[in-house]
Amino acid sequence: MSSESVWARNEADEDLLGGRQVALIDLLDRLLNGGAVLTGDLVLSVADVDLVRINLRAVIHSITPDSPSPW
Amino acid sequence: MPDHRTATPDPMTVPSASLPATGDDRLWYVYAVGRAEEALRAVARETSGLYGEPLHAIECEGLAVLASPVPAADFHEQALKAQLEQLDRLETLARIHDGVVARAGTRTTVLPMRLATVYVDTERVAEMLRQGSGQFTSLLAHLTGHQEWGVKVYALAAPATPPSSPVSRASAGPERSVSPGRAFLQERRAQRRSRQDAFRAAGAVAARVTDTATAFARDRVAHRPQQGGPLATKAGENISNEAYLVPVEHAAAFRDELTALGDAEAGVHVEVTGPWAPYSFATPGNAAAAGRGAEHGRDPDEGQDHVE
Repeated sequence: MSSESVWARNEADEDLLGGRQVALIDLLDRLLNGGAVLTGDLVLSVADVDLVRINLRAVIHSITPDSPSPW
Repeated sequence: MPDHRTATPDPMTVPSASLPATGDDRLWYVYAVGRAEEALRAVARETSGLYGEPLHAIECEGLAVLASPVPAADFHEQALKAQLEQLDRLETLARIHDGVVARAGTRTTVLPMRLATVYVDTERVAEMLRQGSGQFTSLLAHLTGHQEWGVKVYALAAPATPPSSPVSRASAGPERSVSPGRAFLQERRAQRRSRQDAFRAAGAVAARVTDTATAFARDRVAHRPQQGGPLATKAGENISNEAYLVPVEHAAAFRDELTALGDAEAGVHVEVTGPWAPYSFATPGNAAAAGRGAEHGRDPDEGQDHVE
């Protein structure tokens, strides 16, 4: 399977969970910093995820021209 | 709650046929751990995961993990890193992960896994359950009957007037005689004072928020304040970003009382989000805290509804 494949959305969930559409920034706070970190024969190790997280921080917390640093 | 939805890719389905049924070409993505009960099995039957693949409830030692197969080509380390650095891909993954976890959480107590936790095969998944069973069981007992709620406090500083604008100079009124340099400095000082006032007020509210929320909650975790950037959804400066583990029966009062703390203070906004699956209370750092409350005597087999 190629990397062009797209993760399918779960349309049934949209119905079930109704208005529960949450801000991505709040979701990432939880999914990238929270959740149980498992051990064992992981394909992806915790350290690898940490690497990913550092790069994402740059995206999530970067100061843009539209919201410049207040100081 | 206002709609903060960010644009997501159109729903697209990859036919299951494109996933090899077995073998080295697929991996197992795990979403959440719960007790091996009918409620969780029902979630697995009725829900699909990434790529529209059916969820499996993999059981071991009275516990079950919700998992689904994913293509190894997309989830090996390098491929995954590349994909997660594309914000639209990350968002799709995050929303599907949370969709599964949240759906399971409306039926029973679950322990959410961190994003992108992937195993080679179902035997390795079962082995992970066996090894972690003591900790999982204790965490599930701690979380039962509770929801995670987020509370953020914002300082809403008055909009800054550019110091050099003609309007602000004209409005200097009686002080017109001061030199432009001095007027500039006075204005800067006034702006700084207004900012400081807003931050002082927000800081005081944040302290009241913590006191009030802690009285309701079994546990508290402080996240980093959110710092603007392309994903920022709120005006103002986020000065505190906390998560609380709240008994379901107190959730409505929790939300109302905390929201009211922000309404009572000009220049301060309190945003309450939730209910969330207990992401912030599922990390090993919280296992010790979990031990404290685990013996509070809820029937561990009692199915808890986490319905809003």
